[in-house]
Amino acid sequence: MDYIKLVLLGIVTLVAAMAASWAHDLAYQIHAMLIMVIAFGMFIWVLRRTDEPKPVPQDGVYSDGVIRAGVIATAFWGIAGFLVGTFIAFQLAFPELNFDWGQPFTNFGRLRPLHTSAVIFAFGGNALIATSFYVVQRTSGVKLWGGNAAWFVFWGYQLFIVLAATGYLLGATQSKEYAEPEWYVDIWLTIVWLAYLAVFLGTIYMRRERHIYVANWFFLSFIVTVAMLHLINNLSVPVSFWGSKSVQVFSGVQDAMTQWWYGHNAVGFFLTAGFLGMMYYFVPKQADRPVYSYKLSIIHFWALIFLYIWAGPHHLHYTALPDWASTLGMVFSIILWMPSWGGMINGLMTLQGAWDKLRTDPIMRMFVLSLGFYGMSTFEGPMMSIRAVNSLSHYTDWTIGHVHSGALGWNGMITFACIYFLTPKLWGRKQMYSMSAINWHFWLATLGIVLYAASMWVTGIMEGLMWREVDDQGFLVNSFADTVSAKFPMYVVRGLGGVLFLSGALVMVWNMWMTIRGAKPATATLPYATPAE
Amino acid sequence: MDTYSLLRQIADSWVLLAMFTFFVGVGIWAFLPSQNAARKDASMIPFRNHDQTDTRPVDQKGQSNG
Repeated sequence: MDYIKLVLLGIVTLVAAMAASWAHDLAYQIHAMLIMVIAFGMFIWVLRRTDEPKPVPQDGVYSDGVIRAGVIATAFWGIAGFLVGTFIAFQLAFPELNFDWGQPFTNFGRLRPLHTSAVIFAFGGNALIATSFYVVQRTSGVKLWGGNAAWFVFWGYQLFIVLAATGYLLGATQSKEYAEPEWYVDIWLTIVWLAYLAVFLGTIYMRRERHIYVANWFFLSFIVTVAMLHLINNLSVPVSFWGSKSVQVFSGVQDAMTQWWYGHNAVGFFLTAGFLGMMYYFVPKQADRPVYSYKLSIIHFWALIFLYIWAGPHHLHYTALPDWASTLGMVFSIILWMPSWGGMINGLMTLQGAWDKLRTDPIMRMFVLSLGFYGMSTFEGPMMSIRAVNSLSHYTDWTIGHVHSGALGWNGMITFACIYFLTPKLWGRKQMYSMSAINWHFWLATLGIVLYAASMWVTGIMEGLMWREVDDQGFLVNSFADTVSAKFPMYVVRGLGGVLFLSGALVMVWNMWMTIRGAKPATATLPYATPAE
Repeated sequence: MDTYSLLRQIADSWVLLAMFTFFVGVGIWAFLPSQNAARKDASMIPFRNHDQTDTRPVDQKGQSNG
């Protein structure tokens, strides 16, 4: 086995060295060098262990090491993503922050995809991988299938993030929103993602429970659908094997439709189905009572996945897309409101009889707030998908506000709550180092989101109204630059909201640091290895 | 008939019917009284197999025995 690994790593190092030398563009060259260094480092590492006795894997305990790494990676990428987000928010308010000395690498256009990918795929993705590995083990009563494959998923995913992020700064992009990475990064992600699917499915297959708990359905639909979306939206032909540029297979309106079929389902399956998987496990755990209605959770699951997949065309109102297609997207988006609220109610009502926890338990408060934001943004979204509303909101900052009330409120808050749940468990502490710091985080983040969403509503609707304003002769009243200067105060408020949200996350990192410091990784024994309860 | 029209016709008829039937079927299945016990059992899964977590009190002053 080691010999095969050595041969493979040797070939990768060699090809990467050739690629670095023949590269057509800077991003490709730097990536080739990076891969060469990593592959060579791993080659040495494997070589030094070849024909040495292997450490015996610990038996009878859950594989929690990879989850510990995932929790730390989530916090790390969260800070990175929030920091870049706050910076680009101020770049919009103060264009001088597009420093001359940093051009073209640090301009808004390159930092913006860095921010979106860092928060969605790095912060959200690591949170999903870590929590799904945790939940699937606990609800199946077995350890992760595939041994070190889980570690391959973790490190492979980090490599994907680094390649994507550096690629954006160096100018490699296929300019598809939320799918910017170029062809070789896409291929790498496909490999990692299939390994993720294998580990997850393998664990479910080996389970010692008769039923597959509903959280795992959500996680599984997230993994499978993201694989499908990623493959189809990234069908492209590289111009050269030695360069990062590629050409899309689809063109024109087909390409636009494929992109937004992908884009909206990235929201639907990555940021919704996956995070609902978290909700269905961690909310009952924290409330210490089973989910309000298991029937509703079944309906929630099937309705959500049956409807979400059709909602994409609402991103393309008033474009070359046929009207019937955008109407279809709009109608399905509106129907989608029902299962979304069903899920929110299911989560909130889980607290029935335990509402007092809201006063005493700051983690529970975060879960409830995140569900509140889930409900709010799944109401706002269908409303904005209506063609008449969209004619006002499209291309304005209202959209940005909507996305952030979902992302900061729902995804951010539930991830923070899960981190506060997991960190003490994984490092064998009774609870987080400071419970009042969780309270601080809660209020800083909440205030940050309120400032963010409110300022974006105001500026978005103002902008939409200014753009459509005509005088009695039928001429447009405002130029584009008029809207830009009118938006300035709201942009500053939005930036301040970002600062508050970021400071809340920094409080969390300090709290995690103090909790983990000096603690020993906890070992959680498998249920069948201990005497029955 | 070109591929688009053919696929479109299949999608608009049998596939639509199949998906709709499946969806309604799931809806009925979710409410079947005979599945009550199974649902109850499944909803309790998070409270089994859990928290065998070894929470040996670790010295707060940072005794690292890693």
